[in-house]
Amino acid sequence: MCSCYYSSVWLHVNTGECNLASKHVPLQYLITLHWFETLFLCVFQRMPAPIRLRELIRTIRTARTQAEEREMIQKECAAIRSSFREEDNTYRCRNVAKLLYMHMLGYPAHFGQLECLKLIASQKFTDKRIGYLGAMLLLDERQDVHLLMTNCIKNDLNHSTQYVQGLALCTLGCMGSSEMCRDLAGEVEKLLKTSNSYLRKKAALCAVHVIRKVPELMEMFLPATKNLLSEKNHGVLHTSVVLLTEMCERSPDMLLHFRKLVPQLVRILKNLIMSGYSPEHDVSGISDPFLQVRILRLLRILGRSDDDSSEAMNDILAQVATNTETSKNVGNAILYETVLTIMDIKSESGLRVLAINILGRFLLNNDKNIRYVALTSLLKTVQTDHNAVQRHRSTIVDCLKDLDVSIKRRAMELSFALVNGNNIRGMMKELLYFLDSCDPEFKADCASGVFLAAEKYAPSKRWHIDTIMRVLTTAGSYVRDDSVPNLIQLITNSVEMHAYTVQRLYKALLDDISQQPLVQVSSWCIGEYGDLLVSGQCEEEEPIQVTEDEVLDVLEGLLVSNLSTPVTRGYSLTAIMKLSTRFSSVNRIKKVVSIYSSSIDVELQQRAVEYNALFKKYDHMRPALLERMPIMEKTASNGPTEIMQTNGETEPSVPDTKHLPLVTQPANQANDLLDLLGGNDVVPVIQTTLPTKPASAGGELLDLLGDLSLSGGLAPAPSVPVSQPPFLLDGLSSQPLFNDTSAAIPPMTAYSKNGLKIEFTFERANPNPNIAVITIHATNTTEADMTEFVFQAAVPKTFQLQLLSPSSNIVPALNQGSVTQVIRVLNPQKQQLRMRVKLTYTHKGSPVQDLAEVNNFPPQSWQ
Amino acid sequence: MVSGSRVKQAGWPPVLASKMRFMLLFSRQGKLRLQKWYTATAERDKKKMVRELMQVVLARKPKMCSFLEWRDLKIVYKRYASLYFCCAVEEQDNELITLEVIHRFVELLDKYFGSVCELDIIFNFEKAYFILDEFLMGGEIQDTSKKSVLKAIEQADLLQEEDESPRSVLEEMGLA
Repeated sequence: MCSCYYSSVWLHVNTGECNLASKHVPLQYLITLHWFETLFLCVFQRMPAPIRLRELIRTIRTARTQAEEREMIQKECAAIRSSFREEDNTYRCRNVAKLLYMHMLGYPAHFGQLECLKLIASQKFTDKRIGYLGAMLLLDERQDVHLLMTNCIKNDLNHSTQYVQGLALCTLGCMGSSEMCRDLAGEVEKLLKTSNSYLRKKAALCAVHVIRKVPELMEMFLPATKNLLSEKNHGVLHTSVVLLTEMCERSPDMLLHFRKLVPQLVRILKNLIMSGYSPEHDVSGISDPFLQVRILRLLRILGRSDDDSSEAMNDILAQVATNTETSKNVGNAILYETVLTIMDIKSESGLRVLAINILGRFLLNNDKNIRYVALTSLLKTVQTDHNAVQRHRSTIVDCLKDLDVSIKRRAMELSFALVNGNNIRGMMKELLYFLDSCDPEFKADCASGVFLAAEKYAPSKRWHIDTIMRVLTTAGSYVRDDSVPNLIQLITNSVEMHAYTVQRLYKALLDDISQQPLVQVSSWCIGEYGDLLVSGQCEEEEPIQVTEDEVLDVLEGLLVSNLSTPVTRGYSLTAIMKLSTRFSSVNRIKKVVSIYSSSIDVELQQRAVEYNALFKKYDHMRPALLERMPIMEKTASNGPTEIMQTNGETEPSVPDTKHLPLVTQPANQANDLLDLLGGNDVVPVIQTTLPTKPASAGGELLDLLGDLSLSGGLAPAPSVPVSQPPFLLDGLSSQPLFNDTSAAIPPMTAYSKNGLKIEFTFERANPNPNIAVITIHATNTTEADMTEFVFQAAVPKTFQLQLLSPSSNIVPALNQGSVTQVIRVLNPQKQQLRMRVKLTYTHKGSPVQDLAEVNNFPPQSWQ
Repeated sequence: MVSGSRVKQAGWPPVLASKMRFMLLFSRQGKLRLQKWYTATAERDKKKMVRELMQVVLARKPKMCSFLEWRDLKIVYKRYASLYFCCAVEEQDNELITLEVIHRFVELLDKYFGSVCELDIIFNFEKAYFILDEFLMGGEIQDTSKKSVLKAIEQADLLQEEDESPRSVLEEMGLA
């Protein structure tokens, strides 16, 4: 009687656990079983059977909140742990399976690692199946525990059941570490030589993994590769080609050795495209596209820089390129691979033209995916086949108008790569138009692309200056910091354009003073060439009539405008100072300078104090110090000469670090600031002494004036901040100097509690004034890091909110860094902004959660 | 002739080796349904990458192309009903064939479960893993025939059932 119950419950246990689709089990049956289980428990008084996997999943899915789910899981985990402790063999498999489910939900499951190993060692296939699955999910080569598996895998590789052998091969091929691979490579090699295709295909891929992990084991597999390609089974054939590819890529000797296989590979490919319909391997009318693509890729490697092999595959490539049916994605996948092979090997020129034309056709395809790969591959070939790609220019430029960002980005890169001396005017027109209308994420890259292309191919100086000014007016807040000194240098060096430039810039300033880089360049130029502006000497266009006072009004306006950043104010004050030798209204200038010698902005104050001293103690030197800037020598840091590394005809003369168009705010802002000020502002004052060494000039000036104790090493050494006088540092580090628009809307503290402080800075997206771009900066004053930091925000229904991904999820202790995250709020009705924020993080090991309401947004952020 | 073969050194043409780094299945609501990592990655990094990637992919509009560049990887994704299938491949990989790989996996699931839906994958996640492991290994296709993959899975399932089929009462009592 007892054993009868036992057997039934046993069945029940296994049904629940292993006949995994419980939807197939009739309900009635389950109820009966349940009754048996209860009876069983009454009789034996043992621990209750753990709930079944499906039941657990069902229960967890009923949880309405995260907290509820966490509670359920904690309870279940406790039960599982105690079951593990009791070495309960019956339910181990079920428990591990449940653990794997919880692991997928993101809960810790490492305590199941050893249990997986026990399951693998079990005799039952079910146990092994779940055990190996668990090992692949919970273990990897960085935990030594995985080595305990080696022996089990070795046994299973020699098991009598092929499916057990398959499990072992799969696990080894997925997560085997180099030690494991060394130990088991022999077994893999043996299986690679069996006649059983089920094992052979797995062994081939396992060998690929072994080679990736331990390249010196490669030769071991060489004898077994001999007959691989004569295999009829497509699984074995496909995996063999993968194995051969791996070997050829890893070793030049192997590549040489396997070149003799080209005719055989060509034959297989030919048979594939010629063969009639074979239902087993057909995908939308194309026979085995996966194998075709793999063979094409191997041919590419074998034919690369080898004339004979390339010659041997020319015909078949042409055949594939012309005969492949392209109405479906599969056909295009093959065609795409063929194009890549043609471009990579030493193919005939006719074939190359054919390949580029295929890409040209791809560009016109309705399917976005196809257009994307066309742009990507054209970008790869633009260096070698520049003229052929050039023919598709108009189609490529059209892709700039595509709505899909992936395609837009590719089209932009390719457009820049296609710019040359002949088409620069037309291309720039398109690209400037693109810059005008594109998403903010493109502006920085596009602006640097325009700068670089203009520098390289500008047809005239005037065109060059106009183009850069255009960029500054349309995308001013997105350009890299060094574009200001670059433009200033360009202007200085174009002597005949000075009057024209200063007039244009003055007009631009009257229109808009929010684009900081433009304002900075304008201020600099007005300071430098103010006399030309007032005297109306412009020859290029009709001179404007302005008085000295009007010019000074504009510059003083910049000093007080809340749109100006501190850097801009610095430029403006220096410009005013320079005008003291170019204009007659010296008294007015003296007054302005003396007002700012008590400014709360230390940077500005310092300048004003220095200039004051220049008026008082060193007035005799003033005219000489403020003379016009000489023509600057071109330095490496000014104006990189390459175009985004994608253009073919570039000279690698400039260090690569200068080519990161993505970096809009260099990490060391303080450094750049000092360079900037030192390089372009302060230099003119002492040009008589040191005209070509701008970096140290700032310090020299200070020495000269002698009323401030800053040392000459100030500019080049901001990386050792401690050595510098603290007040200057305060000024540099506490203000977001380069975040131009943040000056327009004051930052606010949204949250400050338990050492966590969250600040909001604002920016209004230019193309759409209804979008407020808020950047959060989270800092942590406590002595422990805050980990798993998650910031969430909610807004009322009239708004829409988009939370971009954070810079990190750890807020470092002691204010040693911050986490930033961008929030975009769409506020079409311009209502007062309100926000509810939720913060979760782990601090000193314990989870913290807090809610807060943020209502005190500055009106500028939403009006 | 190949004895003492040199292993690739710097300067040799760039490795074309393509490798799928991972495959993820997640729902429209951002719930992870399946994850397969083909390179060793720390648990913490996995979580971070999954979260980040889900955000990026879910933010894309339905008509956009199926590829995006993310970190140093190329993401190929496709949405099937409520589920996103998302593969991370390397620079040199053929994105279009990766889409076919995803599609083949979906077909296999569909055949196995019989018009598969998200719930099938939630409740039978381990089956989905078994199918994936029978189809791909280390990110490479094991067999290009749907039939042989499904046959292998069925056979293995049978083996599992044998394991569990109830022994007769007599057997249980040691009388058989």
